[in-house]
Amino acid sequence: MNFNLTKTQELFRQMIREFAEKEVKPLAAEIDEQERFPAETVKKMAELGIFGIPVPTQYGGAGGDNLMYSIAIEELSRACATTGVVVSAHTSLCVAPIMEHGTEEQKMKYLPKLASGEWIGAFGLTEPNAGTDAAGQQTTAVLDGEEWVLNGNKIFITNAGPAHVYIVIAMTDKSLKTKGISAFIVEAGTPGFEIGKKELKMGIRGSATAELIFNNCRIPKGNLLGKIGGGFPIAMKTLDGGRIGIAAQALGIAQAALDETVKYTKERKQFGKAIGQFQNTQFQMADLKTKVEAARLLVRSAAFKKDSGVPYSPDAAMAKLFAAETAMEVTTKAVQFHGGYGYTREYPVERMMRDAKITEIYEGTSEVQRMVIAANLYK
Amino acid sequence: MKIVVCIKQVPDTTEIKINPVTGTLIRDGVPSIMNPDDKGALEMALRLKDQYGAHVTVITMGPPQADLILREAFAMGADRAILLTDRRFAGADTLATSNALAGALRTMDFDIVFAGRQAIDGDTAQVGPEMAEHLGLPQVSYVVDLNVKNENTVIVKKETEDGYQMLEADTPCVLTVLASANKARYMSVSGIVNAYNREVEIWTADSIDVDESKLGLKGSPTKVQKSFAKGLKQAGEVYEVDAEEAVGIIISKLKEKFII
Repeated sequence: MNFNLTKTQELFRQMIREFAEKEVKPLAAEIDEQERFPAETVKKMAELGIFGIPVPTQYGGAGGDNLMYSIAIEELSRACATTGVVVSAHTSLCVAPIMEHGTEEQKMKYLPKLASGEWIGAFGLTEPNAGTDAAGQQTTAVLDGEEWVLNGNKIFITNAGPAHVYIVIAMTDKSLKTKGISAFIVEAGTPGFEIGKKELKMGIRGSATAELIFNNCRIPKGNLLGKIGGGFPIAMKTLDGGRIGIAAQALGIAQAALDETVKYTKERKQFGKAIGQFQNTQFQMADLKTKVEAARLLVRSAAFKKDSGVPYSPDAAMAKLFAAETAMEVTTKAVQFHGGYGYTREYPVERMMRDAKITEIYEGTSEVQRMVIAANLYK
Repeated sequence: MKIVVCIKQVPDTTEIKINPVTGTLIRDGVPSIMNPDDKGALEMALRLKDQYGAHVTVITMGPPQADLILREAFAMGADRAILLTDRRFAGADTLATSNALAGALRTMDFDIVFAGRQAIDGDTAQVGPEMAEHLGLPQVSYVVDLNVKNENTVIVKKETEDGYQMLEADTPCVLTVLASANKARYMSVSGIVNAYNREVEIWTADSIDVDESKLGLKGSPTKVQKSFAKGLKQAGEVYEVDAEEAVGIIISKLKEKFII
């Protein structure tokens, strides 16, 4: 048993933290305020290989592990949660399913461009009537000769617009229910595929979140990912991996809010002393720090299990559940410690509180995480 | 083109606090980093690699843990790394350090030796120039830019107190570089993944042909009498007078202190 990062992971943490501090953090407030996708940061991250961390070198990736990937999302999100989710959705929800379920031909076609960041990836599962109940897919895919014809809408899709490659889940045989769901690779610019309305969100406002519209969109037969009818397990497995990414994002947000609050409560004086000197502050901060560290251990343990090739679905769910709820608690208390200042946009904690909320919702709500954890407990 | 970059591991002095009672540095828990000017030198070398395919070797003298900055250099793009480490190097001042590094460089083939201008833990700016003297090579310090003129000549921009000088130097030469010369690249992810799979060559005093009396504490004429925290100066006197009267005041003050 060893809780230390390896030397390689430690060197990686040093790089990504410095990158996040110098390149990502200075833009965090601006991209939030302007609701602007951080294209310039994406370009810098692409140059360093951040979009292909766990991708094997033969497919143009860095050949790193999922623990490194989780560190990347944590550190990026500590500086800016929007930037964290751009990389997380790309890696966990698009690159990973192609890596795990793609044919050699699909891997050779898509992975090098995705790993280099030349192409950004996205994933479309959620529909207006199929959120937590993902089995209620209404988007359809019908085989017509050598092409699949897609019709339907996907909503709340992260990276929609900036992305070039979309993993799309659709019903190929409604009578088979979840066994009639399949996964497809759809490229931006395919006729019949359009990006719809961009959502105006509470947090992670720089992240592009929009609708995908398929109107008789014809894609090659070879763009089926996995087997016909194998889409539901692909989606569920993809979300298992994604939860490590979102858990790491939540952890980064929580850590950032904790750091800001330590700094502020050392400086802010009331009744003649720094508010950090009051026992009420210290006890609350001690609890928050403990929760952040516990979240970190859960995140790293889930990533470590994924790297070890053992089942990690409940671990990822526990990591996401706990890290997300910790992020919400820490950021809410951070705003409280900052008082009136914390409620203004002069201080970053209000943004962190808005950003934290989504981690309890997307890639499976906290309720879904509890369902996954309990199902594993009572199986 | 063959390049050697001399780098040093230093405590991150921006993170160092001073013990208010003893006036000494609290070095516990302070992270070690690649010296900023050295990183500027490495970046300048790596740009020559990008442009001309130069082969870049990094070398550092230090304890075994200095291995870390060599891994960092690998992850940034260096081709070869050498760690000069030996108890016989310990306690070296700038002269003994430059003797050891010059000894190592004598065994190597290079066109340019880069070093940082100075290290943030000592601020002497002596090691680079001393190395050049030992090797009998031309040197330019405070370099902020470099262009290759031809196979045997480089044009360097040297920062001075009041501007810049453009100088030509024949290769091989020694150049000391400022951190402000460039924005050093980050380590790449694939570079990091590979950094610990590569070999850092370990060299000892036996690997270099330098008399042991010139190495380590034995080869260090510098003796530290005492170290102390710089005291605070009193606030100066402020005169609000016209220019002519001000000149008179300044002259009388300078005379008072026997400066003029």
